[in-house]
Amino acid sequence: MNLFKIIKNGIVDENPIFTQVLGMCPTLAVTTSAVNGLGMGLATTAVLTMSNLAISLLRKVIPSKIRIPAYVVVIATFVTIVGMLLKAYVPALDKSLGLFIPLIVVNCIILARAESFASKNTVASAAADGIGMGLGFALSLTLLGSVREILGAGSIFGFMIFGEAFKPAIIMILPPGAFLALGMMLALFKKITTGKKNKKAEIQSAS
Amino acid sequence: MIKSILIIMLSSILVNNFVLSRFLGICPFLGVSKKVETALGMGMAVTFVMVLASIFTYLIQKLILVNLGIEYMQTIAFILVIASLVQFVEMVIQKTSPTLYQALGVYLPLITTNCAVLGVAILNIQSEYNLIETIFNGFAAAIGFTLAIVLFAGIRERLEISDIPEVFQGFPIALISAGLMSIAFLGFSGLVK
Repeated sequence: MNLFKIIKNGIVDENPIFTQVLGMCPTLAVTTSAVNGLGMGLATTAVLTMSNLAISLLRKVIPSKIRIPAYVVVIATFVTIVGMLLKAYVPALDKSLGLFIPLIVVNCIILARAESFASKNTVASAAADGIGMGLGFALSLTLLGSVREILGAGSIFGFMIFGEAFKPAIIMILPPGAFLALGMMLALFKKITTGKKNKKAEIQSAS
Repeated sequence: MIKSILIIMLSSILVNNFVLSRFLGICPFLGVSKKVETALGMGMAVTFVMVLASIFTYLIQKLILVNLGIEYMQTIAFILVIASLVQFVEMVIQKTSPTLYQALGVYLPLITTNCAVLGVAILNIQSEYNLIETIFNGFAAAIGFTLAIVLFAGIRERLEISDIPEVFQGFPIALISAGLMSIAFLGFSGLVK
C-alpha cells in the first residue's frame, strides 16, 4: 500500500469519528467551538503519529504478553510532552481544553491504531497511518465544532457571521448540543454513504 | 465536613454528571448500554475501580510525586495504577461471577481506557480535595456514571422495538436520546452553587 493511500484511508474511508465512532469523549467535550475542535484534533494527531512511529519501531522488541501496558506507557509519554508544549506555547488553548489534554492517553483511537496497525506494519506506513487517522479526527472535530459554533454562537473561528439580529441557540454549545449535533451528523453521513452504495448497486444490476 | 461532602456528592452525581455533562466515559456508555443488567454490572465494576483508583492515585500523588518533585509524571503514573487495578478487578470478576464476566466481555479490560477513571483521578488532584473528599468524589462520580448508563439502557431497550428511520438506527438515535437525557440533567444546574 502506498503512503498516500494510507493517509486517505484514515481521512475518508475509515474516518475515526464517522465510520468507526471511536474517541467520543474528547469529540463531544471540546467541540464547543471550531478552534477548540481543531486544537484538540492537532494535538491528538501529534500524539498519534509519534506513538505509531515509536510502537512500530519497537514492535519486535516488545513481548506480546505485556504489549498493552507498554503501548500505554509510550502513549502517556508523548501525551505528557504534547501537554507541556501546549502549556508553554499556547496557554489559552491549554486552558480551554483543560482536563482533556491528559485524557488523550485514554483516547481509544490511539490504542486501537497501535494495536491494529502500528504493531504490524513498517515505520513509514505506521507514521502515515498516524497522520491520516489524526487528520481524519481533526477534520471531524473541526466540522462538529463549526456546526455547534455557528448554531450556538452565530460565529465561526470567532468571527460573527450573522449580524446583530441573529439569536443563537445556546443549547448547541451546552452539553446536550454535542450529543444532538453529532447524532444528526452521523445520520446525515449514513444517508450520504448508503445513497452512494445504493447507486453503485443499481449501476451494477443494470449492467 | 459532612456538608462539604454532601455538596461534592450531589454535584458529581447530578449537576456535573460525569457522562452527560462532563463527557467522561462515553465509550462504555454507548457500548455496554443495550441491556439494563449488563449496564448495571458495568456500573458496579466501574464503581469499584473508580473508588480504588481515587485512593491509590491520591496517595501516589501526595506521597511519591510531590515528595520527589516529579508532578509531571502524573499522567504516566496514574494510567499504570489504573491499568493494574483493572487487571485485578478482571480476575476477581472472572472467579466470582463468570456470567457477568462474559456479559461485560471486551469492555472489562477497556475500563482502563475509560476516561472517567483517569478523569476523576486528575480532577481530585486539581480540585485539591483531601483523602476523604477524594474517596467520596470517586464514589459519587461512579454512582453518577451508573445512574446515567442504567437509565440510558432502559431507554435503549425501548428503542430496539420502535420503528426508527433507517439512517437513524444505531448510533445516531442513541446519541440523540443521550442528548435529550442531557437536557433533562441540565435541570439540576443551579442546585449546587
